[in-house]
Amino acid sequence: MLDMIFAAFRETLYMVFWSTIFSILLGVIPAVILTLTAPDGLKPNKAIYEALSLVVNIFRSFPFIILLVILIPFTRFIVGKAIGTTAMIVPLTISAVPYVARLFENSLRETDPGVIEAARSFGASDAQIITRVYFKESVPRLVNNVIMLVISLIGYSAMAGTVGGGGVGDVAIRYGYQRYNTSYLVVCSLILIVFVQLVQMLGNYLYKKLS
Amino acid sequence: MVDILNVSKRFGDLEVLKDITIHIADREIYGIIGQSGAGKSTLLRCINGLEDYQSGEIVVNGVKVNKKDEKALHELQRTMGMIFQNFNLLERLDVYDNVALPMKFWGIDTKTPEAKEKIEGLVRMVGLEEKLHARPRELSGGQKQRVAIARALVLDPKILLCDEATSALDPAITRGILDLLQQINKELGITIIVVTHQMEVVKQICRRVAFIKDGRVLAEGRPEELFVKPEKDVKKFLQSDSNLLPAEGINIQLFFTDKTDEPIITMMARELNINFSICWGKLEDFRSSVYGSLVINVKEEDRDNVLAYLNRVGVAWEVL
Ligand SMILES: Nc1ncnc2c1ncn2[C@@H]1O[C@H](COP(=O)(O)OP(=O)(O)OP(=O)(O)O)[C@@H](O)[C@H]1O
Ligand SMILES: [Mg+2]
Repeated sequence: MLDMIFAAFRETLYMVFWSTIFSILLGVIPAVILTLTAPDGLKPNKAIYEALSLVVNIFRSFPFIILLVILIPFTRFIVGKAIGTTAMIVPLTISAVPYVARLFENSLRETDPGVIEAARSFGASDAQIITRVYFKESVPRLVNNVIMLVISLIGYSAMAGTVGGGGVGDVAIRYGYQRYNTSYLVVCSLILIVFVQLVQMLGNYLYKKLS
Repeated sequence: MVDILNVSKRFGDLEVLKDITIHIADREIYGIIGQSGAGKSTLLRCINGLEDYQSGEIVVNGVKVNKKDEKALHELQRTMGMIFQNFNLLERLDVYDNVALPMKFWGIDTKTPEAKEKIEGLVRMVGLEEKLHARPRELSGGQKQRVAIARALVLDPKILLCDEATSALDPAITRGILDLLQQINKELGITIIVVTHQMEVVKQICRRVAFIKDGRVLAEGRPEELFVKPEKDVKKFLQSDSNLLPAEGINIQLFFTDKTDEPIITMMARELNINFSICWGKLEDFRSSVYGSLVINVKEEDRDNVLAYLNRVGVAWEVL
């Protein structure tokens, strides 16, 4: 039993790791656009901001399980198959991108406007302000956001497991729930709880260290 | 040199600057004073191109400040350093890196021995060499403003713009910052433009000052002139505390300069053989000279005698 759960945990790690990486890479772009075009941004643009904001909201309010199903053709196109841990990275990433966009946008926009004004007065370009001021000043908040992202991806990855994604959630459902084997359920849940706890502790440590 | 010529600026329908004309000479410390919302910060932001203006022109060292010509404006911004009321330091950078930041924006290598020397020299000049690697949160307000001053000087500007730079500081710390600004003006030959609502600041360091109200320059001149012969609005701004005067009799305000060295008040009492009471008085310290102002209350029937006497001895006065 433990060997199987251990293997499943590695699958979970694999899914969470890659969907975290990809959703950050893809989510940073809309986050920066939102930050730039927001009313208090460097290039305020109501139309772009509202439109992008709406798209983000729509994707965020999509129930994950439905997104999973809708994305099957797309997943097959990208990965070559719609089932398995690698395939699950696609819906996990897509569901997390708008989440990342919103979290990062909020964090970036918390940057002190006075500091941005000061940078502008020294002749900083918009790109320099984004990297050297917005991102630099927001690092602790962004790290916090990534921790929240990882934790929610752990939860979603367990859900993805139920539709053939593999990982700890998959084992819990197939062995624990469907075969009435309570010990599987308990061990799987404990692993997830401890994992989330460790990630949170790491996050708190980093936040303190960085700010 | 900064020439502001008939500059007007609107935010939508709100006219914030109205036909402003000001000439600031090289190496001058020039004050812009006025109440909150008068348009002081907006004017300052127009000077370094952070804000655009609709008509008139601003010429800095022979170059027009024009938001459309981005390249020229960018070069011009390099010659103007700016400091702010809330210091606006980057929380996650230490003193050294905060001071170095403008150099990074300009692609100047901050690792070279010359750059290091320059940054450390500025930090030393503002008296923070012991805090070189402290974060802003570990510094007091006055120390933060010193870091901001060092940062504003790192690109060797010709002009330093100060927006309410001492408004968040207590009087003793303010004095230290003002001394530092004066030292920078003298030793580095940098023109300083000081925006403030504190008369104290203007009095202590400015050679000339413009009083702005509702986007208009109402008075301009040496601070002592503004004080000794104040225009109506300037006076209101200067003494919000003078409305405790007696309602009976005539209140006359006298203005003394440091050239007045006769004991006018007692002489007047003796010569005219009258009695009057002193209601309000204030001594003002303008850079090095002292100016005073006194309000006396005389009886209705002594009014003409007193005014004639004051004219004779050459003391400026005003009936309140
Ligand atoms: N970006 C802006 N958009 C619209 N109105 C603005 C903007 N910035 C300033 N104003 C308005 O312009 C007027 C002048 O503002 P400004 O900040 O220049 O005043 P100030 O003299 O610096 O005041 P304070 O002493 O409070 O700093 C105010 O009425 C203000 O509300
Ligand atoms: Mg202001």
